[in-house]
Amino acid sequence: MFIYILSRIGQAVPVILTVTFIAFAMFAYVGDPVTIMLGQDYTEEQRQALIEALGLDQPFFVQYARFVANAVRGEFGLSYRLGRPVLSLIAERLPATLELSLVAAALALLVGVPMGVFTGLYRESWLSRAFLVFSLVGVSLPTFLIGILLILVFAVILGWLPSFGRGEVVVFGWWSTGLLTASGLKALILPSITLGLFQMTLIMRLVRAEMLEVLRTDYIKFARARGLSNRAVHFGHALKNTLVPVITITGLQLGAIVAFAIVTETVFQWPGMGLLFIQSVGYADIPVMSAYLMLIALMFVSINLIVDLLYYAVDPRLRVDRGRLGRTGV
Amino acid sequence: MPLLEVQELRVEFPTRRGVLTALDGVSFAIEAGEVLGVVGESGAGKSLTGAAVIGLLEPPGRVAGGQILLDGRRIDGLPYEQMRRIRGREIGAIFQDPLTTLNPLYTVGQQLAETMLTHLPVNPAEARRRAIRWLEDVGIPGAAQRIDAYPHEFSGGMRQRVVIALALCAEPRLVIADEPTTALDVSIQAQIITLLKGLCREHGTAIMLITHDMGVIAETADRVAVMYAGRIAEIGPVRDVIKHARHPYTVGLMGSIPSLSARVERLAQIDGAMPRLAAIPPGCAFHPRCGHAFARCKSERPELMDAGGSSRAACWLHAADSASAMVAGAPREARPGDARPGDARPGAARQGVADDAR
Amino acid sequence: MSAAPRSPGRLARLLDSDIAYSFLHSPVALPSALVALLCIGGALLAPWIAPHDPFDLAGLNLLDAFTPPVFMPEGRLGFLLGTDDQGRDLLSTIMHGARISLLVGFSAVLFAMTLGVAIGLLAGYVGGSLDAVLMRIADIKLTFPTILIALLIDGVVRAALPRELHDRVALPVVIFSIGFANWVQFARTVRGSTLVEKNKEYVQAARVIGLHPLRIMASHVLPNVLGPVLVIATLNLGFAILAEATLSFLGVGVPPTQPSLGTLIRIGNDFLFSGEWWITVFPGLALVTMVLSINLLGDWLRDALNPKLR
Repeated sequence: MFIYILSRIGQAVPVILTVTFIAFAMFAYVGDPVTIMLGQDYTEEQRQALIEALGLDQPFFVQYARFVANAVRGEFGLSYRLGRPVLSLIAERLPATLELSLVAAALALLVGVPMGVFTGLYRESWLSRAFLVFSLVGVSLPTFLIGILLILVFAVILGWLPSFGRGEVVVFGWWSTGLLTASGLKALILPSITLGLFQMTLIMRLVRAEMLEVLRTDYIKFARARGLSNRAVHFGHALKNTLVPVITITGLQLGAIVAFAIVTETVFQWPGMGLLFIQSVGYADIPVMSAYLMLIALMFVSINLIVDLLYYAVDPRLRVDRGRLGRTGV
Repeated sequence: MPLLEVQELRVEFPTRRGVLTALDGVSFAIEAGEVLGVVGESGAGKSLTGAAVIGLLEPPGRVAGGQILLDGRRIDGLPYEQMRRIRGREIGAIFQDPLTTLNPLYTVGQQLAETMLTHLPVNPAEARRRAIRWLEDVGIPGAAQRIDAYPHEFSGGMRQRVVIALALCAEPRLVIADEPTTALDVSIQAQIITLLKGLCREHGTAIMLITHDMGVIAETADRVAVMYAGRIAEIGPVRDVIKHARHPYTVGLMGSIPSLSARVERLAQIDGAMPRLAAIPPGCAFHPRCGHAFARCKSERPELMDAGGSSRAACWLHAADSASAMVAGAPREARPGDARPGDARPGAARQGVADDAR
Repeated sequence: MSAAPRSPGRLARLLDSDIAYSFLHSPVALPSALVALLCIGGALLAPWIAPHDPFDLAGLNLLDAFTPPVFMPEGRLGFLLGTDDQGRDLLSTIMHGARISLLVGFSAVLFAMTLGVAIGLLAGYVGGSLDAVLMRIADIKLTFPTILIALLIDGVVRAALPRELHDRVALPVVIFSIGFANWVQFARTVRGSTLVEKNKEYVQAARVIGLHPLRIMASHVLPNVLGPVLVIATLNLGFAILAEATLSFLGVGVPPTQPSLGTLIRIGNDFLFSGEWWITVFPGLALVTMVLSINLLGDWLRDALNPKLR
């Protein structure tokens, strides 16, 4: 078990290293940070001082090492656009994004998995067909359009729900939550549906496909031949085997939700990291972009680690080929 | 009353090019404790017959005619829940590939206990005790420890032993063993067959042994049914069928088995291939490949008929009104030197005739 | 193994094949193919069949701005779907926008396919450490969603190039970033098939007689993976179009001088609250119709090529 975790962490290291390298390369070579930070008027001395302060006169690997060391301590420099420390910018917006993502993920899982199981088991029923049509529409509707349509119907036409922002938030230390106020919860409904819908349909289709695959296996036929009840065959034998690959993909999808939040946050002007990121892309605010990139990578790697641990719990063989599981997503 | 009786079973597969008849007029019976071998080429309908009996035909396959009786009670077309109670409890099943038959995510103990808890009035502790005893009975060393092992921790042969335990643990009266040794190493095939037969004799369980291996049938079965193109070509006591095959197809099948006792220059072979389901010829399905075929074989389909001894064969050579044709030697002259019915092994012809006379 | 005979039965055989049967008898295949054809045809022929030329500044009249669609009380027959804030005919802009969307989608998929198939063949055929490295890169790439990668590439290009240049390279950059974000699926599928084919005897034989590896790959491995690659490509086309729309909606995709459907939706979004819903809804509807019909086709194709899934 211990060795297994270690090997998994070992596999995560190159991912993190690659990402920090890309982030550093962006930071160091894209655009000219000195010019951007100095603005219009500066003297050559100011310029030299800044170059030295930023360590840009150092050799490549020294700069990289310093960059990584700073990143570990949470120092990502100043935002070109806002002139404030990147860390505090991100910390302010992290709770909004995480709350939105978690609610959307829960929605996607709690609705998507049962729908997938149902459509896998009762392929011919009209409800299954309805779910499938729904899922195809869901996969074909871009997230931003779902958001716009929801706003049009529920905010503009019906006027039931707010169309932007987080509502009132309650602050605990550095964390702010919208889950404790009525307006915060109301504000969360449309964005979380928007963000969760696409993942929900993906999860449903995935669970269905896996379920059909598993139902064709010999061990399911044998379970039937042993006279086990439908319940035992479907929910004991079939579902458990379905879950093995589903956990992987779902894990990856949950990671994707955090990134997809970029779009949802733009549509709903949700004050999260995604909105910050998209504003930074427009402004070429490299420090914010590279910090965001590293943070997302860290989240994905952690999610992958959790997925691997779940795997360990579910599959005694631990040799299921994860590579064969393709992934689709925008 | 036989334990299992199959009458005029017909299985169809609707396809877009029309309905394919995969089994047509299959009739046989299995007595309690008896071992019935079912042989034939792949595609002859052996496995399909087994699947129909246990009620697990894969859709769109369906029983389209005939009856299946267990203890005289009709079991085809039973509601799913009633049939489920029969599966495992009355009729067990063993599949071909032990590597895929066991659920990889459950220990063998869990799978055994689950089966017994479904069918027998036992509590979990008792089920576990019995599971250990079953593993011992099927020859798993260290059963008390191995019961908590997962299938992937067993070798192929050991897994098939576990599958046998699973098939027998609810004490069914009939086991359908579909090619139980095909996927195994040759060296352990005999062990598995011996184990299966021994355990079934002990528990008085009948076996429907589906295989394409005549050797296994000869060793194990009491009676044998030979299938060809979705029909039974010949059925009878295993000694009769092997020594004095009555159907030209069986003769060919026997001729293609190497024998240690008789020296043969060349193994006999049957020309041509079994027809596809969509193109089964009229009359006797075997006639295009048969050296004895005559006019009637091309137009009229033979049903199983008494063919001497206790065997029954679906072949016009044995029809009372065709006897003259036999005597006249017409079919024989069709291809001189060919193996003849009752002439399974070269040199045994005369004895065969003598047996027929008895 | 032998080559298909060039008998006159070829067309007949195609019509008699399972694919053709499934196509003609599937409740979705034929209608969605028709809709997809209609969308693609309308988009490609936009310069010739669109009722107005939305880019002809001389033909624009601000007085026409915000005309509602024809079925509404103030609608006008000349503008079937109404006009936008600058008085451009919405139907025409949608047709032109779909053209850009399709151009980006097709090019991105083509790029992803070429890259993916090449990497997959290479990894599968050469194997060893090259395979390990390539698949590791694929893993790392898979860790990040397409949209994030595309955004990053776009952001970097934006930072690296002066603004004047940026608009000119925007289209290739979008194609590159979407394509680059999607090659992994192709690579994995092709690699898997290559590994299987590589060990077959005829490939071994071809090696023994000294055929060039490239030729073996092209003539033996490639035909075997064409089916799955086609399915992935079709399904990816839908995704690529959506990705482009999303990027354009976020304002980092195609330049505003060549508005795609995503750009139109973004522009319309500003007028959602003032009641001019059609400026957003119609381009959105066009986008969904196009992608849905392509996805339905892709789904059908996958099922038809893989009958055991049904």
